[in-house]
This record gives sequence, C-alpha cells and structure tokens, in this order.
Amino acid sequence: MHVDRHERYWMWAATAMLVLFLGAIVMTAISGAAHPPSHVETVNPDTLTIQGEFATPGVTRAPDGRTTVVMRAELYVFRPNVVRVPAGAPVTFRITSPDVLHGFQIVGTNVNVTVAPGYVSEVTTRFERPGEYLVVCNEYCGLAHHLMQSTVVVEDPR
Amino acid sequence: MTSPAVALGEPMVAADRVPFDDVESSAARLTLTHFWVAVAAFALGAMMAVMQALSRAGVDLPFRTASLYYLSVTAHGVLEALVFTTFFIMAIGYFVVETALGRIAGVVWAWAAFWTAAVGSLVTAGAILSGTSTVLYTFYPPLRAHPAFYLGATLLVVGSWMWSGVMIASYLSWRRANPASRVPLAMHGMLAAVIIWLLATSGLAFEVLVLIVPWSVGLVDRIDPIVARTYFWWFGHPLTYFWLVPAYVLWYTLIPRLAGGKLFSDALTRVVFIQFILFSTPVGFHHQFTDPGITSGWKLVHTFTTYAIMFPSLVTAFTVIASLEHAGRSQGGRGRFGWIGKLPWRDPFFASVALAMVTFALGGFGGAINAAYAMNAMVHNTAWIQGHFHLTVGTAVALSFMGFSYWLLPRLTGRALAWPLLATMQPYLWFIGMQIFSIPNHIAGLLGMPRRVYTGEFQGVEAAQAWVPFTNVSAVGGVLLFVSAMVYVAVLVATMLTMPRGQRPPVEYAEPLGRPAPAGSVWDRFGLWTVVAIVLIIFAYAQPLYHLHTMDRFPSRAVSPF
Repeated sequence: MHVDRHERYWMWAATAMLVLFLGAIVMTAISGAAHPPSHVETVNPDTLTIQGEFATPGVTRAPDGRTTVVMRAELYVFRPNVVRVPAGAPVTFRITSPDVLHGFQIVGTNVNVTVAPGYVSEVTTRFERPGEYLVVCNEYCGLAHHLMQSTVVVEDPR
Repeated sequence: MTSPAVALGEPMVAADRVPFDDVESSAARLTLTHFWVAVAAFALGAMMAVMQALSRAGVDLPFRTASLYYLSVTAHGVLEALVFTTFFIMAIGYFVVETALGRIAGVVWAWAAFWTAAVGSLVTAGAILSGTSTVLYTFYPPLRAHPAFYLGATLLVVGSWMWSGVMIASYLSWRRANPASRVPLAMHGMLAAVIIWLLATSGLAFEVLVLIVPWSVGLVDRIDPIVARTYFWWFGHPLTYFWLVPAYVLWYTLIPRLAGGKLFSDALTRVVFIQFILFSTPVGFHHQFTDPGITSGWKLVHTFTTYAIMFPSLVTAFTVIASLEHAGRSQGGRGRFGWIGKLPWRDPFFASVALAMVTFALGGFGGAINAAYAMNAMVHNTAWIQGHFHLTVGTAVALSFMGFSYWLLPRLTGRALAWPLLATMQPYLWFIGMQIFSIPNHIAGLLGMPRRVYTGEFQGVEAAQAWVPFTNVSAVGGVLLFVSAMVYVAVLVATMLTMPRGQRPPVEYAEPLGRPAPAGSVWDRFGLWTVVAIVLIIFAYAQPLYHLHTMDRFPSRAVSPF
C-alpha cells in the first residue's frame, strides 16, 4: 500500500504521542499507585441500614493512625452528613447506597467514586490542607439530586 | 411565495409546495424523510437545551422547576443523541447507497425501518414528556422509567437494525454486479458505521431486552446496576463512533472536492475506517473508571484500547487537512499558510466541517484526559464532561451534519437555499457559541462542579461560588447556540416553502490524489475485520463480565424518584 512520506512521519508522531501518554499512565500507576477506585465487595442493600457497619455509619480511627469513614449515600443525603478527619494521614472512605446510584465527589480533591446499591465503594486519600471540603453527589439520582451534599472537615491533628 | 420562476399567467405549479413531489428516486425520498425527522428532533432538543443552560446559571424562568429541568435533560439527551443522530445517519446511508452504488436493495424494508424507528421515537418521547421516565438518556437502573420508554427505544434500535440490513443488502447487490471493483470510499465508511452499530447495539440489546424490560414490567423484581452499566457502556462508546464515522465520510469524500481539491490518500482512509471497527467497542470501562465491582487491571486494559482508537482520528486530522492544503494550493494559495485563505469559507458546508474539525481537535485532547485511567477522577461526572461531548458529538458531528444539510437539500429537491447569508453565518455562530458554552464548562468541571444539576448553587457554600461566573458565561453560549440552531431550521424550512424547484446541482465525490489502490486488498474484507473486532470484544469483556455475573451479588429493587 502506498503511503505518502509525510503521512508516514505523521503516523509515527501519532504513535509516539500515544506511547508517551500510555507510558505516563502506566508509570504513575506503578510508581505512585495512581489507580481509579476499583474496590470489589458486595453488600445487601435491603439490610444494610439495620445491620453491619453501614447501620452505624461514622468515623473510626485505628491505632496506626489510619482513619476509616463508613458512609451511606441515599436519597438525598450522605450519612453522616458531616465527617471530621485528620490532615496529613490516610483516610479511607467506604460507601454504599440502599437505593439508586449516587456519586461521591469531594470538591477540590481527586476523590470521585460511583456509589451503587449492592456494592461497597472504597477510596483512600490524604488531605494535606485542613479546612471544610464540599461533597457533592455527581450521579443523577432523582429530582432533588442537586441538593445532595455534605461536608468533610479536615482538622489539623496538632 | 417569492418564486421568480413562475411567470404571470402560467399555471401555478402546486408541486412547488409539496416537499416530496420533486424527488425522483425512492432512495432520495427515504433520505429526505429521515432528514426531516432528524431536523425536527434536533429543533425540539435545542429548545430543551437553552432552558437548561439558563437554569444552571440560576436564571429564574417562570416555569422553572427541578422536575421540568431533569425531564428536559432526559428529552434533550434522547432527542439529540439518539433520535437526531440515528435518523440523520440513516439519511446519510440512503444518500450514499443511491449516489455511490446507484442502487438500494429492499425499499419496502427501508420504509418499514423508518416507521418502526419513528413510532419508537414517538413512544419514547411521549413517555418522557408524561413525566414518568425522568431517567436521563443513560437510564441507569435501578432508576426505573415507564415501560414505554424502553419499548420505544427498542423500536428505534430495531428500526436501525432493519436499516443496517438494507445497507448491507445494497452493498452485496452492488458487489455481485461489480465483483472486481473496489467499493466506493463513501460506502466503505458507511459499512464501517453499520458494523460498529451492530457490535454496539448487541450490548444494548442484552441490557434492555434481557435485564431491563422484564424488570420494568414487573416480571423480575431485581436488577444489578453495575452489570447493567457494563452492558450500557459496551454500547455507549461505539455509539459515539457510530455518530462520528458518517461525519468522517462527509469530511473525506465530499469536502476535498467542495474545496477544489482531491482526497490526499484513498488507501489510508480505508484503513482508518477498519480501525474504527476494531477499536471502538472494547473500551467501555473508561466510562466506568470510578465504578466498584470492576478491577483496576481491566480498567487499565480498556485504557490501552481507548488510546488505540485515537490513532485513526489523528490520521484523519492529517489526511483531511492535507486534502484541504492540496485544494488551497490548487486554487493558487502560496506560502506556508496562504492556502488557507483560498478555501471556500463562505460555503456553509465547508465552513461547518472546517470549524467542526478545529473543535474536534480540542474535544479530542479533552477525551484523552477523560480516558486517562487515574486522571479521570478529576473530571468524571463533572461539568467538564458536558463541555467535552458538546465539542465532539455536539459540534464535530452535529455541525458537520448541519453543514451537510445545506449541501444536501438543493441536491435532493432542486431548490436553492433560502437566505444564503444566514446559512453562511450559522456555522460561525454555532462555533463561537459552542466555545463560549463549552470552555467555561470545562473549567467549572475542574473546579468540581457536577454535571446534570438543576442549579450549581449548593445552598451557597463557598466552593460552589467559584462556579458561578462560569455557568453564567456558558449560559450566554447556550443562548447563542439556540439562536444558531433556530437559524439552521429556519433556513431549511424557508428553502422548502419559498424556493422554486430548479436544476439539481450534481453530487460529486472527491477523487483520490494519485492512482486509486487496486481492489482485493485485505482492508476491503469486512467479514474478516468484523470477526477480529468480535475477538477483541470477547477479550475485553469476557472475563470481567463472567466475574460480575458469577460473584455473590445483591441486585436492587426498582426506584422511581421523580
């Protein structure tokens, strides 16, 4: 097949660009553990409000300093609605839904995960700056979707 | 009636006002009918859109309610992304078989396809407007719409399958009559679109017919949202290439000629279309990067295939621009950039496509960010996404189709365009409006504003205040886009109502530069490439779907919070 010289150069350039992009993605995935939230765990949406960890959502702190936030996203609130976590230490959010899909997005960070009934979503982050962070639902869930919000208060540990 | 062709005393030709009487062939009639349905859906969808842009900016229209807002988001998505595109592409298909192959096999089937798809569209539109199906065009379970919503959508897709059959039958009929010839490039591209559509809708058919319909009518009382989403995105990404490939057909096969030049590379263009068949489907997880239940390893695999699909688009950028440079230089353009000024910028079809290409370059790079595995978390489901796809489907595809309308209508009906000056301005207005709409949406998204919200106020919290100036600016863009859309519709309607029938301009496809490649190349073997594409889909989906279907799951009951 005849391919023009310039066209050949361009195709090599396009290939190089894509290899560069993919290389950057793979390198950061390996070296910085930069992965999308991909937790695989299921939970019964019918019983989670009466038994198990999601019946009593809240913040727990392990002796090694790791903080776990257990949360329910439901029409049209996050429970608990305000959570307090320390700055500078790893914080893991475990979230599920008893009804429809929701989104859990902490504005100003890269915490952004889909919450689905029947599944537990998990995402771990570290807040460097203390302050109040807005949490929004970013997956349409019904007519009051735009009112579904909460707050993460990041506190200075000292 | 401004027709100067009808002299006094001469009997008034009633056919002048009848849209179809001046169309001779059945394929031309099919083209025109599908075209008008597409234009009507587009116009309705555009009216929905302007209200949304204003609502997000907090403009208190008298009838503004959250319920109406989400209903109109659903209607806008379905009308533009499913009805307008599908009918327009079916019109392009009939246009291509008629003009490139000189035949259409199965006219009766084609009309049956039209009525199936048209009735389906009406049923779905009715379900949405009744307020019982505010599930957005992604209809993610366990949100449940009225069963008519799914039934209508199914009929639309079944109609499109019948259209696919007519396309393939027309090709095979041509092939039998021309065993040694190479299929015309436009048909090569449309066959690619048909195959992509069949591969894409296989996932949708499973989701809707097996999972959703029995559940929506109450035969089954539970559904798994992640399983359903996975089949939806098996469909949802190749859907975008089903939109894009016919637009590329117009770019490659009509625009070089319109600009006064030739197609830079016929052979490579054929390879490009085959690559779209191969890579447009096994990529769906890049829409599900944030989903639970799917391992990061498979998300990384889909990242690779997603970047592979950028390659043919990058080649398209080169080939089409090289063809335009050839055209500009043939018209006497000199110097490094002098050829650009020689291009027919006053022609609305050319201007539409040129502006669509510029916009697609922006949209393509945004797409590379969406597809970037971990970086996706910065933009997923934010206003960035609506900014992104209004550049791609909303401009690269839709503006190309609008431009094509100005070229097509005179060739189908023999009527010159009414208000040519407005037609010339309309694509520029769309382009400007879209930049003003879309760029602020990208920025607001990076600042964390979610997409698909009735208002971005979030009870006045500080973080949300940063979004306000951007939603305000994007509303201005939305109004400009609305004006542009109405100008487009007005020019077409005025052409039909006021312009006399005359000579139809010829339909001329671009010739390739140099010798056309000989027939019988491996890139002409559609059956072979379809098999390879199916193997890639199995590779990308078999294990993760097997895992999802067999793990201990707790499917959900239906909820209709609207």
